Amino acid sequence: MAESDVALQRPSELRHHFDDVVQQREASTLGMWAFLATEVLFFGGMFCAYTIYRSAYHGAFESTSQFMNVTIGGINTGVLICSSLTMALAVRAAQLGQKKPLIWLLILTLVLGGVFLGLKGVEYHEKYVEHHVPGPGFRYAEAQYAHQAELLFFLYFAMTGLHALHMIVGAGLITTLIVMAARNRFSAGWYTPVDMIGLYWHFVDIVWIFLFPLLYLIGHTK
Amino acid sequence: MSHPVVPIKVYVAVFLALITLTVTTVGVSKLELGEFNFVAAMTIAVVKAMLVVLFFMHVKQASTMTKLFVVAGFFWMAILFVFTLSDYFSRGWLPGGKWW
Repeated sequence: MAESDVALQRPSELRHHFDDVVQQREASTLGMWAFLATEVLFFGGMFCAYTIYRSAYHGAFESTSQFMNVTIGGINTGVLICSSLTMALAVRAAQLGQKKPLIWLLILTLVLGGVFLGLKGVEYHEKYVEHHVPGPGFRYAEAQYAHQAELLFFLYFAMTGLHALHMIVGAGLITTLIVMAARNRFSAGWYTPVDMIGLYWHFVDIVWIFLFPLLYLIGHTK
Repeated sequence: MSHPVVPIKVYVAVFLALITLTVTTVGVSKLELGEFNFVAAMTIAVVKAMLVVLFFMHVKQASTMTKLFVVAGFFWMAILFVFTLSDYFSRGWLPGGKWW
């Protein structure tokens, strides 16, 4: 008898294998951070490779850094920070159970993510026109650095490309959130997907916070 | 609930700090500071990352267990860097060795 009374008091959003809502939320957050730790190491490997080649090919690095578009890189940094703010506010709206602000803030985040990817596309096109895409079409003005520069441009494309891939995945996830929010799937009691995808989106922002100075700013002054 | 709602002004303050730091890092990169350019850029990046982790990602109000996971992720990356770089940069220190 007493047990069924307790069962009746359980909120509808609480899954049966958790003691209470706090424990349920804690489990999701912890799991998400375990995933993000693997992401930190995933990107960490690339940052480590970049550090090694940057110090080994110092001259080539200074030479290639003049071809980085600091203006687009800087604007994109601002765009991503704005999208992180709208995402943080979206999570806040979800916490308060405000459906309309949640949907609009998610749409805004998605649009800002799209702006970032669009500008990235402009930048990639610029590299393509200048024959700075590693491969058979690669040309480099300073012949003594040609091979090393190709390697450094490869690292540029690998790192920004992997970051852009994460952005595309994030855009897909946010689209899913918008649909779920429109179908009234979230409430002030349960908004775990918004919270978790918010963490993912902020993580992608952090990766760019490190990519921007490393790829665009360092070695900019000779 | 371990998840109190944060006032909007906190998020806006963090946002403004992030934008200010971005402008600062671009400004500092235009100056001739030698090796200090790298140090300054990385210091600013770490401060920005910490603002995002603590406030946007709510780690400031997270449980000790979650904080441990966050620190562990970055600590393991530090291990990756220290061991890999100490290998590459110490090659040739021993007699007979060659720079890779």
